[in-house]
Amino acid sequence: MEDTKNYLISRILLSGSDTLPADVEKELQTIRRERISRPVIYISSGTSSIIAGSARTDKAVRDYLSEMGIEADLVNTGCNGPANYEPLVCIQLPGKNKLVFRNITDDKVDSLLNSVFHNDIPDEDLVGQSGTRGFETWHGIPFAEDHPYFSKQKRIVLGNCGCYDPGSIAEYIARGGYRTFVKTIRHYTPEEVCEIVEKSNLRGRSGGGFPTGLKWKYALNTTASNKYLVCNAKESDPGGYTDRTIMESDPHRLIEGMAIAAYGIGATTAYIFIRSGSDHAISTFRRALEQARDYGLLGHNIFSSGFNLEIVVSVDAGAFVCGEETALIGSLEGKRGMPELKPPYPATSGLFGKPTIINNVETLMNVPLIMKNGPEWFLGLGTESSSGTKVFALAGKARLTGIVEVEMGTTLREVVEGIAGGIREGKEFKALQLGGSTGTFITEEQLDTRIDYDELKEINSGLGAGSFIIIDESTCMVEMVRYYMDFMHHESCGKCIPCREGTGRMLEILDSVVKRPANDEAGTTLERFKGVMQLEAIASVMKDTSLCGLGQNAPNPFLSAMSNFREEFEEHIFDRKCRANVCRGLRTFIIDVEKCTGCTLCASKCPVNAIYGTRLQPFFIVEDKCIGCGACYDVCKFSAISVK
Amino acid sequence: MERENQDVVNEIFARHRQARKENLIPILQEIQKEAGYISEDSIVRLGNLLGISTTKIYGLATFYDQFRFLPSGRIHFRICHGTTCFMNGSGSLISALREELGVEPGQTTRDGRFSYEIVTCMGSCSNGPVIEVNGEYHTGVSNDQIPAMIKRLKHIVDND
Repeated sequence: MEDTKNYLISRILLSGSDTLPADVEKELQTIRRERISRPVIYISSGTSSIIAGSARTDKAVRDYLSEMGIEADLVNTGCNGPANYEPLVCIQLPGKNKLVFRNITDDKVDSLLNSVFHNDIPDEDLVGQSGTRGFETWHGIPFAEDHPYFSKQKRIVLGNCGCYDPGSIAEYIARGGYRTFVKTIRHYTPEEVCEIVEKSNLRGRSGGGFPTGLKWKYALNTTASNKYLVCNAKESDPGGYTDRTIMESDPHRLIEGMAIAAYGIGATTAYIFIRSGSDHAISTFRRALEQARDYGLLGHNIFSSGFNLEIVVSVDAGAFVCGEETALIGSLEGKRGMPELKPPYPATSGLFGKPTIINNVETLMNVPLIMKNGPEWFLGLGTESSSGTKVFALAGKARLTGIVEVEMGTTLREVVEGIAGGIREGKEFKALQLGGSTGTFITEEQLDTRIDYDELKEINSGLGAGSFIIIDESTCMVEMVRYYMDFMHHESCGKCIPCREGTGRMLEILDSVVKRPANDEAGTTLERFKGVMQLEAIASVMKDTSLCGLGQNAPNPFLSAMSNFREEFEEHIFDRKCRANVCRGLRTFIIDVEKCTGCTLCASKCPVNAIYGTRLQPFFIVEDKCIGCGACYDVCKFSAISVK
Repeated sequence: MERENQDVVNEIFARHRQARKENLIPILQEIQKEAGYISEDSIVRLGNLLGISTTKIYGLATFYDQFRFLPSGRIHFRICHGTTCFMNGSGSLISALREELGVEPGQTTRDGRFSYEIVTCMGSCSNGPVIEVNGEYHTGVSNDQIPAMIKRLKHIVDND
């Protein structure tokens, strides 16, 4: 262990030249598992794999190997493929291409390993073979790389995800890691680093899209006794999990990116602010930090360059608003996470009043690659105004969900229909939501828009933090908007009135839209209509006057649903109908005249006297009076009552 | 129980003799993690340690969702209410639990057997709704499975 460490440090990290001698390269191939003498079994072990049961799979594999006396290596990697395929298991036999299998739960392990070790590859659960590095290919087995989920992606940020053991710094170094960092602190000045990043046109990946290099320069050019870098891994959006997956699968690249960024702005302390509840990501990242410290990549006077850096892990205590820069700083300082007025911007006066740069995980993941390959390489990717790639967390009703990365300039349709494979269970596509809980809805006609900061702005949308939610016909847009408003109301910090009160009132009104009034007293119906009329007015006040992005963007889902799916709102309000049959509060009941015996039980139980009839004759329900409580349905002994 | 809680808090304080105001949240997190919840007593003592008023600490702790002020039940549910789980019906799952247990999220049943909390996105969007019971995950749960699940768990807790 100690030998490997010294070897990697002296022969690779501290080697002055870019090309390594042949013997070192050979050694690295062994560490990278490109030359293996015994079978290697890779089990993906990210959060989604764990939920799908990868820990049990892992145990079953170990049991099988020890029982059969087979010598093999077992590697727990991060996430790679679609979440639907978890637990994903790859098996590589010496000299042959890797085989990728999906949904390998513990009960399938024995039969799978039995067949593979006897060179009989089962078709069931096979995704394909993977590998191009001159191994022997399996005949008649398709390549996993040709699977539409993978072939349409451009994995740069996620390049290492799922390929190596995130708990092994040696493997990361063998894959070229940390060399860029060491080269940067030895051969570049902070000004040069900012210059290179600015030239690459890297823009913040957290929604705003502000040029990263330019932001760094502000901090670098501010004189201060101390500066801070903060990596914002808060990601508390209810549908986003990109940051978490990255931290679980490739924590070392993130550390390298943070270290280069800290050097670029002249910070000696860097914080990473991680969402609470992502325990697996936090422990993976902490372990990676310890290894980096052990290798001397963090600490005092790193490799005699005169650069000091300490990375501190700070776990968020659970408040959505802390994703906002100034609120995040407040939380790090031990206060309530509430946004402050800007300016001053954090880049000049942030954490403890010192210049602070806050970057998103994905932004920082790009930094080592830009420093390694040069700004021209990065400019060559993507579109003119947006370079590089974008990582999305596919979720919702798509056939395949998971974390994906596409080049900027790819159309949304390619992601929805190509990578995600369309809608589950053959249902119709209804809308796509980009940018999380404050994002807008994109309709079928707008799907040909390219993924690009400016083109998305034209259709009033934005990249946001990377959640990509596909909505099908079985989802009710009004209920969806109500869900987001409920979330926003809960997460509003309460500092400014437009947001605190606005989200509450909007939620109240939306609540009244998705259910029937419980009684008809004091003009509840009239109040409901008045409320609906005011929704748009409240939304526009919130947009104009809220202090931070949370309040300004909270009405976005409502406004875009209103302009694109107005008829659904009207149906709910005027006809009290939910076309997706989701809003239970709107349902009414009907009596089957054939089955009804006229026992009067339902009429006596009805709280609003909506059931009429003559004894021993079929009864009927007056739909306008029915509140959908279901009392009649529960008491009917003849199953004569059904949901209309 | 009270005694135990105090010991845990003492230990945590011993580690943080030099603590400053910005360590408030991490210390609260440690207390929550090791003692299971934040007791009134620990807030008062933390105030003395850091020189912050008790009301300020309580105000801060209630601002954040993570902190709880009651011990959690012997069986603790975490229900994912992220966007995908919501689309797959986690809302009715939450109502079913509320009905079955008779308490709100963050509270504990009187007999100390059950408690539950709502979280946003656990990261298994392909097979929601997801529910975690004492560290064990159940995927694709529907609301009509809840009564049977609670019944089974009651049986397990009582025979433990």
